[in-house]
Amino acid sequence: MAVMTYRDALNQALREELRRDARVFLMGEEVGVYQGAYKVSKGLLQEFGEKRVIDTPITEEGFAGVGVGAAMMGLRPIIEMMTWNFSLLAMDQIINGAAKMRYMSGGQFTMPIVVRGPGGAAHQLAAQHSQSIESWYAHVPGLKVVAPATAYDAKGLLKSAIRDDDPVIFFEGETLYGSKGEVPDEEYLIPIGVTDIKREGSDVTIVAWSKMVTVALKAADMLAADGISCEVVDPRTLRPLDDAPILNSVRKTNRCVILEEGWPFAGIGAQIAYQIQQQAFGDLDAPVTRVTGADVPMPYAKNLEHMAMPTPSRLVAAVREVLYLD
Amino acid sequence: MASRVVMPKLSDTMEEGRILRWLKKEGDPVETGQALAEVETDKATVEMEAYTNGIIRKLVTLEGQFAKIGQLIAIVGTADEDISALLPVDGAAHATAPQHAEPAAPRPVRASAPVPANPTPAAVAAERGRGLKASPLALRMAAEGRVDLNALRGSGPQGRIIKRDIEAALAQAAAPPAARPAIAQRSRSLAMQAARDEAPESQAVELSPVRRTIAKRLVQSKGPVPHFYLTIEVAMDRVWDAYKALRDQKSSISINDIIVKATALALRQHPDINASFAGDHITQYSGVHIGMAVALDDGLITPVLRDADLKPLEEISEEARTLAERARARKLQPNEYTGATFSISNLGMMGIEEFSAIINPPEAAILAVGAIRKVPVVEDGALAIGYRMKATLSVDHRVADGASGARFLQTLQRFLEHPLLMA
Repeated sequence: MAVMTYRDALNQALREELRRDARVFLMGEEVGVYQGAYKVSKGLLQEFGEKRVIDTPITEEGFAGVGVGAAMMGLRPIIEMMTWNFSLLAMDQIINGAAKMRYMSGGQFTMPIVVRGPGGAAHQLAAQHSQSIESWYAHVPGLKVVAPATAYDAKGLLKSAIRDDDPVIFFEGETLYGSKGEVPDEEYLIPIGVTDIKREGSDVTIVAWSKMVTVALKAADMLAADGISCEVVDPRTLRPLDDAPILNSVRKTNRCVILEEGWPFAGIGAQIAYQIQQQAFGDLDAPVTRVTGADVPMPYAKNLEHMAMPTPSRLVAAVREVLYLD
Repeated sequence: MASRVVMPKLSDTMEEGRILRWLKKEGDPVETGQALAEVETDKATVEMEAYTNGIIRKLVTLEGQFAKIGQLIAIVGTADEDISALLPVDGAAHATAPQHAEPAAPRPVRASAPVPANPTPAAVAAERGRGLKASPLALRMAAEGRVDLNALRGSGPQGRIIKRDIEAALAQAAAPPAARPAIAQRSRSLAMQAARDEAPESQAVELSPVRRTIAKRLVQSKGPVPHFYLTIEVAMDRVWDAYKALRDQKSSISINDIIVKATALALRQHPDINASFAGDHITQYSGVHIGMAVALDDGLITPVLRDADLKPLEEISEEARTLAERARARKLQPNEYTGATFSISNLGMMGIEEFSAIINPPEAAILAVGAIRKVPVVEDGALAIGYRMKATLSVDHRVADGASGARFLQTLQRFLEHPLLMA
């Protein structure tokens, strides 16, 4: 078992799948000569050549559309968005093209495309480049949405995404790329749509995904010092949502806090809270509570940016509230 | 569409039942097949099942009250429909008091629109719910643990009753009241004195359903059924030896089990005793099903050992013990205490030498078994100690005569005096 960065785990996944299947290719801004804006595609141009690792102009809608067409013709494109903020330009191709093609063609076409890149805020990238928009894509029937938190999950899920015959929206994290984790030496896959328990506990259920899992685990450590046992549940796939482990956890702890980097209104957490109250109402001893990003465009000022982000201490306060401790 | 829930017929002879405990409360959802109430019938305490799905809108018969078969005891419907048409006009008249109310007087003609005597369930719920806040989990735990939310103060925000409040209430209910025994001890003599001073010369003890049934059915028996009695003495020496040998082998087979087996085998040979008088004919039964009288605190019941002639002693012993335990716990199901073709009442273990039992209709006979006594007997012209038991057969003369009863007793005697014949 090797310890490697989230970035290298993704790189391995890409490399293994490019080797495994000649129909797979990678396309996006700076993926080739520059080796990727975040070095995820390092070394791939050298190994697989210009036909399979393709640098594009700054034309998100254009290369997303090329990806959709290639997938319709039987190739298996991986489209890199330098960040998910830029995908707003490509939304018509993704939502009206990729998500609906199988349906509108009566099943004549499959859509084995992966669109991937970092989501969420990093540091002082301001309002236009700090957005967590996974709920926008998870809203759309026809798309699968994946948001892994660890190197292990990232590699296993990316390989499954590339082999999937439906469009998969793959959210990475700019601040996760450098995080390290254990990754098996042998090949493995993690199926799409399987929730993972990141930490077992008995007093409260915390649901978090992508880089919010890190925040949740930090808060769980802080709370453990006060004798509070947190269960951290990571759905990993946001659509289709594997809610059974979440519900089982809530049935055990009787309370739940959902942590989400994005905005609160119509967020993923709103959907999860709905499912919990619908299916585990009689097990709740407190209202399901959410900790989210502030309902404002992300401020540029460092102090304000910090205040707009979900932090371990805000999560600790929410947990104490559902435990009726303060 | 709301539907009426009526007192069901839970035993063959039941005419009314007492609601011991409602297992659902007003506002609870209920599904077909779920237990709705514990009902005490004339025979046993049984769980009554729901026959419809819906919400319990109204519990008409209160716990502890009787209702006749077919009488409205509850209403099940949807959460908000109007059930006033199904509700009794006068709530109190519906639960029959134990002493049986007189027929209601003719109702006066209503001059104006009816005013419901009881508040509607919605109004009750609103009244109860005013100011009461509880988490869904607390509500569920309270319902399961029968905790009265109105008696609790919630420790959550705005007085919300939460899990820990219910847990505290449950813990308190489970804890023994520490201070009370001492006080009770000190004041007991005073209390007894006061009780003596105030005690009336007599007191009315309410008839339990079991006691009522016994009263009714035995009058039905002793009146119309012409009884006659035959007593025989049986040498029980060999049975006694066999019993001791079995006991030494850690077997739990009792003398009574051996008597049951011998009786069943004798009945197999005398179908004229294993019978019923049926008006214009006599029914002889193909199966031998022995009812064994089991004493309860307030009466007795006769659970049935089916096909006792066919079962090995071990099985009779095991089944008799289970049935007796279930009878004392009032857990017998109707099929476990009906269908006997002959009964045995054994008071031997209580030192009764001999007695006559009253036939349990429609059976044709009952065997009253007395104690096994050590008595002086003459054997080969010399005095010896023998084990003797007297058994008295009560017979319905409409079914059988003295001679046939006597022949049955001879067969029984032969089995008991030569127990190896039973093997």
